[in-house]
Amino acid sequence: MPVEANFMVGGEAGQGVQSVGAVLAKTLARGGYHVFADQDYESRIRGGHNFFRIRASNMPVAAIKEPLDILVALNQETIDLHRMEVAPGGVVVYDQEKGQPGEGNYLGVPFTRLAQEKAGNRIMANSVAFGAALGLTGYDLDAAANIVRGFFGGDVGEANVTATRAGYDYATENFKGERPLNLKPLGDGKRLLMNGHDAVALGAIAAGCNFMAGYPMTPATPILEYLSTHAKDMDMAVVQTEDEISAINMAIGASFAGARAMTATSGSGFCLMVEGVGLAGITETPVVIVNAQRPGPAVGLPTRTEQGDLLFVLHCHQGDFPRAVLAPASVEDAFWLTIKAFNLADKYQLPVIMLTDHYLATSYITVDGFDLSKVVIDRGETYSPERHGPPQEYKRHKVTGSGISPRAFPGLTEALVVTDSDEHDETGHLIEDARARTEQVEKRLRKLNGLGQETSPPEVYGPPNAETTLVGWGSTWGALRESIDILNRGNGKFNLLHLRELWPFPSEAVNSILQQAKRSYVVESNAAGQLARLIRAETGRLVDGKVLKYDGRPFTPSGIAEQVKEEVYHGAKS
Amino acid sequence: MALRVEQPVTMESYAGLKPAWCPGCGNFGILRALNKALVEMKVQPWQLLMVSGIGQAGKLPHYSRGNTFNSLHGRAVPPAVAAKIANPELVVIVIGGDGDGYSEGGNHFLHVLRRNHDITHIVHDNQVYALTKGQASPTSDEGYVSKTTPGGALPPLNALGVAIMAGATFVARTFAGDLDHAARTIQEGVRHRGFALIDVLQPCVTFNHVNTFKWYSERVYKLDERGHNPQDKMAALEVVQQWGERIPIGVIYREQRPTYEDRIPALKKGPLAKQVIDPQRIAPLFQEFQ
Repeated sequence: MPVEANFMVGGEAGQGVQSVGAVLAKTLARGGYHVFADQDYESRIRGGHNFFRIRASNMPVAAIKEPLDILVALNQETIDLHRMEVAPGGVVVYDQEKGQPGEGNYLGVPFTRLAQEKAGNRIMANSVAFGAALGLTGYDLDAAANIVRGFFGGDVGEANVTATRAGYDYATENFKGERPLNLKPLGDGKRLLMNGHDAVALGAIAAGCNFMAGYPMTPATPILEYLSTHAKDMDMAVVQTEDEISAINMAIGASFAGARAMTATSGSGFCLMVEGVGLAGITETPVVIVNAQRPGPAVGLPTRTEQGDLLFVLHCHQGDFPRAVLAPASVEDAFWLTIKAFNLADKYQLPVIMLTDHYLATSYITVDGFDLSKVVIDRGETYSPERHGPPQEYKRHKVTGSGISPRAFPGLTEALVVTDSDEHDETGHLIEDARARTEQVEKRLRKLNGLGQETSPPEVYGPPNAETTLVGWGSTWGALRESIDILNRGNGKFNLLHLRELWPFPSEAVNSILQQAKRSYVVESNAAGQLARLIRAETGRLVDGKVLKYDGRPFTPSGIAEQVKEEVYHGAKS
Repeated sequence: MALRVEQPVTMESYAGLKPAWCPGCGNFGILRALNKALVEMKVQPWQLLMVSGIGQAGKLPHYSRGNTFNSLHGRAVPPAVAAKIANPELVVIVIGGDGDGYSEGGNHFLHVLRRNHDITHIVHDNQVYALTKGQASPTSDEGYVSKTTPGGALPPLNALGVAIMAGATFVARTFAGDLDHAARTIQEGVRHRGFALIDVLQPCVTFNHVNTFKWYSERVYKLDERGHNPQDKMAALEVVQQWGERIPIGVIYREQRPTYEDRIPALKKGPLAKQVIDPQRIAPLFQEFQ
């Protein structure tokens, strides 16, 4: 029998919303549940309104579900904003001293007073709240206490356990109605609870990335932080640069000299990097660039999500040169696609752009773990005197049928490695000669032939003969799949075509899938319908409509289903 | 810097393509001085990485011989320092002009100094934008009239003063018209463990009719002949303020500090470029996610 539990913790920045959310998610994950959690916060250090949503189930989950079973309100604003999202049998648990109950099931708990009295520190009100929420479910307190202990550590951990117990006991004694949930540990959960950028960072290290340069920018910063933290143990050099321009140019320089290199940024930081994208293109230097999208233009909404950079990263920079664009669909996918990004970059000697976004970066999900024996590190064709001739004859940009010239690294052999941001000939020296120019442009573009073969076919979810095909890309995958399930519960005949490798564009596959559908709708987090334009450009095919969201908030499965129904059944504009 | 000595290195080893510079250009002197310094240090071309920017100076690596990354305008320093991190066995020399290093590359210039990467940055300082045909540069003298500064240029950037205050560990100036001095200064810069900034007074025969060979020759004097102590920071800051009638050349400031590469634990196992990576190494990292 399916078990579903949906929580929200809300409050001001500084109240420990994130800690409660993380501890709750971790407790349920360790208890054997599949967990999905996302965060909503403002670009400020104190105050404002933040919330953390947690969904747990005995079945795999990949998106948030509405309505809520338990709303944990650390302040009144949370009650005001979210009480309508609580299910009929759900409960709002709130701080007696800071909030007013409304109609429905409310449990007032003196979070702050109990924290002060029992744990000796009012700051632990959030752990009291966590305990109270757990008390409403009847979950095993000792199991939760272990997580709290480990999360905070040391004496602080013990004090937080005391606070958790106080909240748990208070809720157990004082809540008289029917429990909104009955949860118990399902076993010893071995799954990993991580977010999209954890997976990107881990994927990069697994892929053998040993150089990273970056400049802090939300939501890409955690990649830089994670790699910095583990640089010593993982034999990496990680540089916090003076700006994003330096970051990409450093990654390119390190890569040229033989390291496996990456950088990570967001929107306007990526704008600064664009000059470097072209440098990687013309010098044929592998580089992996993570562009963690957030709503733009310019500074936009720093702590919100959007898929608004697709056409930008496909077209940014003057001139024609090959690149690859990958957009992970999920946390697990982020790990494997990051490895693929490094391999494509090295094999085809070009920039590979990974499009993540704030939602993927900050959403947590339980994953089964990663089989490291399946990780393949492909550095591409590298120069050796035995295979490619004497070093005196080495040409960095040798014209070949595949467009790929064997790569030598400066100082590792006696071959001189010469390249230039100016147009150059095979030897890498700058030229203005028309024939050599044409030859090099064509040689670089020929790499697209091989690169195109590497694109995995897009995923189709749902019945193959569906009347209506939804088309999505990147991080909306989890919500989209579940929306298909919701839509197909009635008389609907829907399926999903989902893209995670966007360039080179899998034109033939997309064309043949869309051919089978009566109607097709893109579902994207942007205002222009950028995927729709890309499909039109690459297949000549017009979609029938667009389900777009650009308020900075992520799609939810039920939200998509409602918008799609509106489009399909009430004939909407496109 | 550890140099491996194998086959003999001669000026012939550094004979590159035929330069496309104007006849009489100050760049020829710098090219000769650089090659001479490399030959004297017995650096093999394959052990050398020249990273250049854009401008007439940026073409220099093509006219010498070695591993070459001819980068974007103003962006030579970031790839150069990263290449040094990837392979500290390389002798890394950045080559660019005053516009490239001090203007377009200004932010990199400021921050690379305090990080003290073990590379050498040679600035061909002709006080003018030559490749774009004669506009004022950040080091043009005050009042310099050009197409973009018809009313005369603003006061120049004191790049060497900025460098000392920004944490440079080696700051020198030399003159393209004095081959021996330039070659010696470049050698000292390359041998210095840390970031070496070498500003080279470079006459532009086509666009700068004020700061000519004659103009520089009449003004330069050698600091080492005047008992200047490069370890004295206050004295160095006094030296960088001299300009006009008398122009000091030589090593202006020098200090020893750990290099950026010294601070990277991963490099204790050798160059990153030579390290073989096993994906299994990440297995322990999964624990914190359980």
